[in-house]
Amino acid sequence: MRILSLGLLALLGSMLAFAAGDLPARGDPGSPANTHVSTVYIEGALEDSNTPNMVTAVLADYRGFDTFGEAVVVFAAALSCLFILVRRRREDEEHEERTE
Amino acid sequence: MRRDFDTGLVEAVRTGTSREMSDPYESIFVHVVTKAMVPMIQIFAFYVITHGHYSPGGGFQGGVMLAASTILLRLALGRDESFRRFPPDWGALLAGGGTLLFAILGVIPLFFGGNFLDYHYVPIPGVDPVGLRYWGILLAEVFIGFLVWGALVAIYDALSGGGR
Repeated sequence: MRILSLGLLALLGSMLAFAAGDLPARGDPGSPANTHVSTVYIEGALEDSNTPNMVTAVLADYRGFDTFGEAVVVFAAALSCLFILVRRRREDEEHEERTE
Repeated sequence: MRRDFDTGLVEAVRTGTSREMSDPYESIFVHVVTKAMVPMIQIFAFYVITHGHYSPGGGFQGGVMLAASTILLRLALGRDESFRRFPPDWGALLAGGGTLLFAILGVIPLFFGGNFLDYHYVPIPGVDPVGLRYWGILLAEVFIGFLVWGALVAIYDALSGGGR
């Protein structure tokens, strides 16, 4: 089993390394990541929202929907922690009461 | 925590004292320094949240700082004193309220023809679209700050057995 997972890992790793050779160079102005919306964000952040920090403008305005999803994920994580921990403590207390 | 009740009892019998996570820290210096530090941490957190337009920062970072100040209160002052300053129910309330207010803020522009969180569609007289986006970003950051603050404090209270 361990040999199998190691072999699978090596196969996937070599595939990723092979695919990484086709990635555009870092900071390449002609790469897809730098030609579509990011130029609009960089050029428009100050004029559109009067916000010098363009990270904040992207986070809360242009990409607000993603930030909302992020916030809901944080909220869901807190809620599930609460449910699991409070329930476990109740079970402990019930167990103690029964054994007393 | 209840799970460690037996080992805690043995420890208390052996040393003559009983210490839990929710007991006050037994040092006057820690109490005084904590009471002086917490307001400053919270003012700086407020600055980090509201200054997100101009410098690194924003709701997530500022909310974590607010949560850190509250957890410092919990650790130093103990259960009774810190629950008087920040009741254990507030954690979940702040987290849920922050998420809900953020959702409402996002839904409002839908009624005026915009997309989700398109602040500049909301017609508020005297504010141009640029200003609307500016203030919308600020409100979103504040609500995210509430959410993160409440979520972290709620998790701490659940772990330390406080907010039962």
